[in-house]
Amino acid sequence: MAVEKIYTENMFLHYGTKLALNNISIKIPEKKVTAFIGPSGCGKSTFLRSLNRMNDLIDGVKIEGNIFIDNINIYDKNIDVVTLRKKVGMVFQKSNPFAKSIYENVAYGPRINGIKDKNQLNEIVETTLKNAAIWDEVKDRMGDSALGLSGGQQQRLCIARTLAVNPEIVLMDEPASALDPLSTSKIEELIVQLKENYTIVIVTHNMQQAARISDNTAFFYLGELIEYDKTKKIFTNPEKKQTEDYITGRFG
Amino acid sequence: MIKSFKNNIKGILIEGLTLSSALLIIAIIVVMITVIVVGGKDQISWEFLTSFPEDGMTKGGIFPAIYGTALLVIIMSVVAVPFGTITAIYLTEYAKEHSIIAKTIRFAVRTLAVIPSIIYGLFGLGFFIKFVGTTMDNTFLGGQLKWGQPNILWASLTMALLTLPVVIVSVEEALKTVPNDLRAASLALGATKWQTIWKVVLPGSISGIMTGTILAVSRGAGEVAPILFTGVAYYVATLPASFSDQFMVLGYHIYVMTTQSANVDQTLPIQFGTTLVLLMLTFILNISAIILRYRIRKKKTT
Amino acid sequence: MKKNKKGKKSDPAVSGLIDITRKKFRWSDYLAEKVIKGVAFLSITIVALIFIFVFRESLPIFKTEKAPVKTEATAETQETYGEVTDKPAAADVQETYGEVTDQSNNQAKVDSTSTSKADDSYTVSAGSGFDDNQSALKSLLTKEWVPVSEKPRYGILALIIGTFKVTIISMLFAAPLAILAALYTASFASRRMKEIIKPTIELLAGFPSVVIGFFALMVLASFLQNVFHYDTRLNAFVGGIAMGIAAIPIIFTITEDALTAVPKTFNEASLALGASKWQTAFFVILPAATPGIFAAVLLGIGRVFGETMIALMATGNAAQMGLNPFESVRTLAATIGAEMAEVVFGDTHYNVLFLIGSLLFIFTFILNAVAEFYVKGKLMKRIQGK
Repeated sequence: MAVEKIYTENMFLHYGTKLALNNISIKIPEKKVTAFIGPSGCGKSTFLRSLNRMNDLIDGVKIEGNIFIDNINIYDKNIDVVTLRKKVGMVFQKSNPFAKSIYENVAYGPRINGIKDKNQLNEIVETTLKNAAIWDEVKDRMGDSALGLSGGQQQRLCIARTLAVNPEIVLMDEPASALDPLSTSKIEELIVQLKENYTIVIVTHNMQQAARISDNTAFFYLGELIEYDKTKKIFTNPEKKQTEDYITGRFG
Repeated sequence: MIKSFKNNIKGILIEGLTLSSALLIIAIIVVMITVIVVGGKDQISWEFLTSFPEDGMTKGGIFPAIYGTALLVIIMSVVAVPFGTITAIYLTEYAKEHSIIAKTIRFAVRTLAVIPSIIYGLFGLGFFIKFVGTTMDNTFLGGQLKWGQPNILWASLTMALLTLPVVIVSVEEALKTVPNDLRAASLALGATKWQTIWKVVLPGSISGIMTGTILAVSRGAGEVAPILFTGVAYYVATLPASFSDQFMVLGYHIYVMTTQSANVDQTLPIQFGTTLVLLMLTFILNISAIILRYRIRKKKTT
Repeated sequence: MKKNKKGKKSDPAVSGLIDITRKKFRWSDYLAEKVIKGVAFLSITIVALIFIFVFRESLPIFKTEKAPVKTEATAETQETYGEVTDKPAAADVQETYGEVTDQSNNQAKVDSTSTSKADDSYTVSAGSGFDDNQSALKSLLTKEWVPVSEKPRYGILALIIGTFKVTIISMLFAAPLAILAALYTASFASRRMKEIIKPTIELLAGFPSVVIGFFALMVLASFLQNVFHYDTRLNAFVGGIAMGIAAIPIIFTITEDALTAVPKTFNEASLALGASKWQTAFFVILPAATPGIFAAVLLGIGRVFGETMIALMATGNAAQMGLNPFESVRTLAATIGAEMAEVVFGDTHYNVLFLIGSLLFIFTFILNAVAEFYVKGKLMKRIQGK
């Protein structure tokens, strides 16, 4: 029985005067992979960023309506945004490891949270690197700069870094779009494994990817949520014509 | 055909003219350097650099001037680098790019950068010495004259104001080379703004801070006008030992020696020697800064 | 608050409730922000302070009531710079720059009033200060700068003329050279040449002005005298050329920036129409960069206007009214530099020097403001095609 992890009803978002998200209502279940698909610029990433309030960093963004995570309104004025982001992690489209060593990249989050004990840190780093399926490739060069890794490795490192703060939800903004097919499939495998312990929300351009790995799919178009249902249904028997047109490639 | 031939001639002439201008400038620079090197190279010796002047500056060395210059720039940097860095951090990390406050601060910084150096000297006199200094004397020493007069403290502070814009601009440039997605990554991990600045942005800007410091030091070592009446002296028998002492510097030494020394012929070699030392010093500093800045700009594009 | 990070998941609903609903106050962040904001505002404060304090010390001349008489007090309260006074603490600190003499010029006309002898400042200080402020104000626009004498006159006209002469000469020398060199670097130079020219000129920017002044005094003066055969060795011409050398890097750098900032599309369009490289450079790029070049020259002027050390070493330091470029001059900045050290605090002479400083400050401020607003305005309009 799926629990509603994330819930929003009648949410609107404006960039200045431009309406970017129009009346979004969605319930995202716990410990499943939910995919957001749709053409470029349709608001999928914008909505994703609203879930960990990264949109706060952009000037002129106004949000109406509420987003609830675990029944708590994250846009309430008493919310501590910094702590929220420890609970809701994010992996970006372009991997962005710090100009530090591989070890220090992963240890960054725990250190921020006050963990100083060497042994504890070592354990967290090893565990998350293993969970991110990259441990074997880097275990002998933990002190090397993270920038020396390949694109796919860097992205898995960023995933490990995000897992190291022990979030409950992991948001992924087109995590494999900049990667080669081999790295992409590694990451897709990873995502399917991660859903055992984390709620995953992934924005993707790649419909086949959404079909492969997600449990639920939401189709966004021009800032509106057109259809949201189990992935199997969306891809085999969608309700709305627009969804069907997009799936079958009539526009994109 | 003739028209294009004429055009070609014009083109060659113009290119030649502009090239000669560039070459002429370079020639002037080379001549300047050569003259000073040739005139001063024989003077440079370990003794020259480490001993005190003797016999009315006709013999001996310039150690106190070197020491004074070093002390001046050290105190100046201790003040200017933190203040400049913090201001740069505000401009890039806290202030909104086009806000009125950011524009005002930037305008203030640019104004500071073009104020003639002699005005800083006047400010040092009117503010540090005559206002702060005499207030200190009146409050703490019952009116006895100690801080209300020129000394190395006021001179260093004056110089710090002069070089503040240089530091700010260099550090800002370095801060901007840190890509925004690193800041985003840090914030998305649940770090605070200050944690992000301290642990991610600043460590990535160290070279810029160093560049700014080096450029400031180079200016502080060479400028004379701001310290003409805020603390420098032509001859001080002892090295400055406390903040309220006066001091010697290379630049001022050159100025007084060349314009006012009693025995021009005898001091001539020392004049050249001192000038060469100052020139080499600023050279080394400037070249290091240029190399550092080149590395920063390369990092930005990779 | 340390959470158990060993991968064990605590009940999300409960921990979520505790964690995120209480807005945490973080001391270090709060402090950091306050300190950083405060320090940043300092730069504005400093400009304001400079403005206030430089102007403040020049105000007394504008006061119409009589200034209090200064009596020749005892050595301790006497404040003259560069004097060998009986300072209680540092008896062995000797400052010889009180014995300043005019050795720098071998000119025929030695104006003895430009640098005062130590004794003069003593006697003058006893006399000055009473109704001098009034007469000082009146004498400001006269032709004689004789601040140290029985009847001090503070005519700054000669100083202004001197400054202008030097500035004009420096710009006539430096501006064409620097602009043409920048044109070469931006439009014709190969990558290799650029890598030689730009750093070399940047190196010149790092030369202390004392060093350039030294070069001017020692070498340039004799060289120019041999070429042009004039009488006075140190004059506005020598000073102007030397200051021009100092101003070249500024004009070059800003002009080069302005030229390379011209959109590449202009370049491409011109070449595509069949214009040659030089025609493009001269008729398209150069005009488009005019606002920036204008700003460059303005900033060069500002640099020269306030330059002190080169003026002190190479212009001859004689306040004269003529327009002949080959006679000695005294610039505004040099006057401050030469005389401030020997002036009595609070004296009329002191106030007038600060007034000169205020004038310099206003002038460079306006110059900078014009360069900025005009350039930004015009440049933006041009590129946006308004």
